[in-house]
Amino acid sequence: MTNMKITKKTIEELRKKGSQRIPKTIQLSQGAGGSMMESLIENVIAKKLEIKSSFVSSGIDRLEDAGIIDLGNIKLAFTTDGCTVDPMFYPGGSLGSLSVGATINDLVVMGAKPIAISFGLMLEEGLPLKILEKTLDRMAKVCKEAGVPIITGDTKVMEKGKIDKLVINTAGIGIIEGDIISDYGAKPGDKILVSGTMGDHGISLIALRFGFKTSLKSDEAQLWGMMKQLFKIKGITSAKDATRGGFSPNINELARKSNVCFYVYEDKIPIKPEAKKLGEVLGIDPLSTACEGKIIMTVKPDKADEILAAMRQNKYGKEAAIIGEIKKEPKGQVILETEIGGKRVLHTPVGELYPRIC
Amino acid sequence: MLEFRDKSTTQDLIKEIEKINSRENIRIMHVCGTHEMTIVRWGLRKLLPKNIKLICGPGCPVCVTSASEIDFAVKLVKEKEVILTTFGDMFRVPGTILSLSEVKSQGADVRIIYGIDEAIKIARKTDKEVIHFSIGFETTAPSIAAEILENQTLKNFSIICSHRIIPPAMKYILSCKDIEINGFICPGHVSTIIGCDPYKILAKKFVKPMVISGFEPNDVLLSVLIILRQIKNKESKAENEYNRVVKNKGNIIAQKIINNVFEICDKGWRGIGTIPNSGLKLKNKFAKFDAEKRFGIKIKKSQDIKPGCKCGEIMKGKAMPQDCPYFGKSCIPENPTGACMVSIEGACYIAYNYS
Repeated sequence: MTNMKITKKTIEELRKKGSQRIPKTIQLSQGAGGSMMESLIENVIAKKLEIKSSFVSSGIDRLEDAGIIDLGNIKLAFTTDGCTVDPMFYPGGSLGSLSVGATINDLVVMGAKPIAISFGLMLEEGLPLKILEKTLDRMAKVCKEAGVPIITGDTKVMEKGKIDKLVINTAGIGIIEGDIISDYGAKPGDKILVSGTMGDHGISLIALRFGFKTSLKSDEAQLWGMMKQLFKIKGITSAKDATRGGFSPNINELARKSNVCFYVYEDKIPIKPEAKKLGEVLGIDPLSTACEGKIIMTVKPDKADEILAAMRQNKYGKEAAIIGEIKKEPKGQVILETEIGGKRVLHTPVGELYPRIC
Repeated sequence: MLEFRDKSTTQDLIKEIEKINSRENIRIMHVCGTHEMTIVRWGLRKLLPKNIKLICGPGCPVCVTSASEIDFAVKLVKEKEVILTTFGDMFRVPGTILSLSEVKSQGADVRIIYGIDEAIKIARKTDKEVIHFSIGFETTAPSIAAEILENQTLKNFSIICSHRIIPPAMKYILSCKDIEINGFICPGHVSTIIGCDPYKILAKKFVKPMVISGFEPNDVLLSVLIILRQIKNKESKAENEYNRVVKNKGNIIAQKIINNVFEICDKGWRGIGTIPNSGLKLKNKFAKFDAEKRFGIKIKKSQDIKPGCKCGEIMKGKAMPQDCPYFGKSCIPENPTGACMVSIEGACYIAYNYS
């Protein structure tokens, strides 16, 4: 038996080569927050749309949660989200609240104060007016809580069957008054924090689909109120909201972009016992399924306790925790020390989460 | 259950393993995807002494499903106006040309389900033909058989019967001359159905230690320790570490249901070849549930694996993923050549993601 030694470098090169092979027709896996989606965005979407401008200090090529417009004395963050969820209303949230919450969170993880939101509604012919009204109420409620106005919008109606009930696009603009926070900023020695329990949204929706009775609900939340307090302390070096795909792909993205090792202690990651148990029953890893109101961030070590305390003051950060620290090597990887003391690489899932058969 | 995940118990087990370890190379094969998940999920390989290797055998039902069975499913759902249901990990496995995921993106009606009862529900609500791509070992076969027995009047439902059974595959591997395996971790789930007797016969015939193991990390470590003890004492017994669940005679009701509906047949295992008496096919009286007979679709003989792909050798424990010329080059999780790169239980997928 030969035993070819594959080094970290060759694996990285192979990954890069491999990720350039993209299926000829769009597949569901390419929208699931895993490596197939990253590959589509990096190699097709961002490549085709990359246009340089002197006003833009962080454009689509950086693949951040928002782009940055630099007007000299004013810096703006600008982001957009397309939202579709089935069912449209679920315990803990709804399509409407999700659509604006996601945009607000994309702005705040860049260090921005959200100042205005726009929407685009695509409605299917035959959608009950009540559903539309209820959705708009949910959107308005979240925006009121965050103190962010919706200032413009667009509405289209499409023929029955051409779109599924209701699809919402939102865009948001925010002003950066302090430091820009970027995915690329984690440094060795920094501490890793999460703002609460992982996987609640994804696991609760899957449980709903399979008719499991559970008190678990979506963790949907806009996090401007919490982040505003953290900005005052300063010391956040990188941040990301753990939405599609959840913890695993998002922490991997931070590790890859910052080119450092994220060393995480599994027993420190907050996961609700019910999410853990349901995850095991359903064969779904809570670390690889969506959150809708949680942030993963790295902070300077001397600020970690202060930031953690401030997070826990907020109603959306009560279960925040320090879960690990940044090391130099192996670069670009997330290493998980398991609860029994073993070690493994925590990787980015490929595509959709499938239940395992046995 | 907590003691099976308790860190201090883990440390005690590792100490015992180190105490008994002879420093000779020991290769222990398991034949269950869930054992591989446990090993990877908890980082067990890093905890064990370097000379003890845990080898992943043909225990992933997705990986061993032959390309011709996938080609048949692809052709069926592409050419006929039917609904095909499948378990999630089967979705992206490549056939000779296409996977079910690709044919779905071209417009075919492929649906991912958790259990066969969902396929039955779909069939009850539609006039279309519903075909379930039925894979799995002794663990999944009883539920499929039970649904067929209960739904004999259902007119628009059938299965692609791709069931395989484990003991003949273990026997085949043990019969290969150049295989160096010092012991087996036997599959806990399969054993809840078939019991302990099949392993007793194999352990005696091939003079190998065997332990039926549970799926918590300390279950697997305890099983490794039991195998090492047997090796030290020059024993070759089939022991049951998972006796809180697995009974000596197994689940007799489930065995009866399987025998009512299925009969044993020879079966091709992807990358390995035909293993005598290793498959299950529907008995003649249930022929109307057999999609192959029902639709009369013929497919050309499929190339199971691309020439040069080492999936088969890897599943026999004769090669490591890194020995394959395609590994990490043309064969990656996003675009797999061989089945072992698709399933999260596959040896190549695991080696690629965790090396």
